[in-house]
Amino acid sequence: MQGAAVSVTDLACRRGDRVLFRGLSLRLKPGEALQVTGSNGIGKSSLLRILAGLAPAYAGSVEIAGAVSLLDERPALDPVLPLGRALGFWQRIDGAADNELARLGLAGLLDVPVRYLSTGQRKRAALARLLGQKARVWLLDEPLNGLDGHAAALAETLAAGHCAAGGIALIASHQAFALPGMRALALADYAA
Amino acid sequence: MTGRAWPLLKRDLARLLLGGRGGGALLPVLFFLAVAMLYPFAVGPDAPLLARTGGGVIWVAALLAAILPLDRLVEPDIELGMFDQWALRGISEELVIAVRVLAHWLSFGPPLMLASLPAAALLGLDGATLRTVEIGLLAGTPGLAALGVTVAALTAGLRGGAALSGLLVIPMAVPVLIFGAGSLGTGGESGLALTAAASLVLIAIAPFAGGAAVRTARG
Repeated sequence: MQGAAVSVTDLACRRGDRVLFRGLSLRLKPGEALQVTGSNGIGKSSLLRILAGLAPAYAGSVEIAGAVSLLDERPALDPVLPLGRALGFWQRIDGAADNELARLGLAGLLDVPVRYLSTGQRKRAALARLLGQKARVWLLDEPLNGLDGHAAALAETLAAGHCAAGGIALIASHQAFALPGMRALALADYAA
Repeated sequence: MTGRAWPLLKRDLARLLLGGRGGGALLPVLFFLAVAMLYPFAVGPDAPLLARTGGGVIWVAALLAAILPLDRLVEPDIELGMFDQWALRGISEELVIAVRVLAHWLSFGPPLMLASLPAAALLGLDGATLRTVEIGLLAGTPGLAALGVTVAALTAGLRGGAALSGLLVIPMAVPVLIFGAGSLGTGGESGLALTAAASLVLIAIAPFAGGAAVRTARG
């Protein structure tokens, strides 16, 4: 977990012909967490996608040291496969890891096809995939959507453990996310 | 890189060859055989005519059968976010598309070559013609697979993408069809070579064109 770092300089984001935000700069060191807040459509998800390298920055630069993982509303698990095999595909790519299946309450669901899982169960499965990737930088887009109180607390605990081990977490959410020592960034301050 | 290509190929083959809800490799083969079976009904029991035109019918049927699975090739993985997750792990779109071309070919090329045996019997083709058809299909179907995956990537996310991709594949498959079916005439060996050449061009272009298309579709 050594050497993870996120450095964003003077970033601007454009969707279509609208500039969503500009002049955004931030730095994150190992063990730090940041929650990006703001109303719907302000560009939280776009910011995470730019950081992940999946969307181009309109202006400015992004430098990230360490592997990046992204958790968004799409679990990236084959709907027709049983959960165990869908997760197994990512395990073969990411290498063996502890997916915390028992803690996430997934141990009894491994032979259920992903398309029969509920929204919350799918979210927990996506969390298991995220843990298996062992990336140093976590980008979490609305990680609490669909989770019940118990699972939400567990997601917060997992993120806290990740930061305590020297990882970095960036959380885009309009919901409160309890994480000790987490900073907050209101994206509305940078709205163009 | 082969360490990462192998799980991708295994997943693609499980989806495309064995099927699930999409029917896998079985549906294109049944479609292909249905065309070969219907043709004698449509033109009548004129054995010399069937033998003369049957090779061309097999080629047209193979082309149409290759179009059937197009909508399952790329779009579902974009919708699921698979391509995003692969990109985060440093697995390029080009590698994914190249692996998918191979998987798509394996799931319809060899099955169609097998199905050509009963199709040739239905159409009354002689042994020499059947041999040329089989070699032609071996040379031409990889190009059809590459073309199919490329067009599927280009039309992913578009409204009516499935119908559009079929319409786009047909004109671009004309060179493979002309040379492949042309090899059945007298002195057709050069036709086989040209079929293979057209295939190689399509295979060489597919990963780059398809990869660029997937990145563009991501927006």
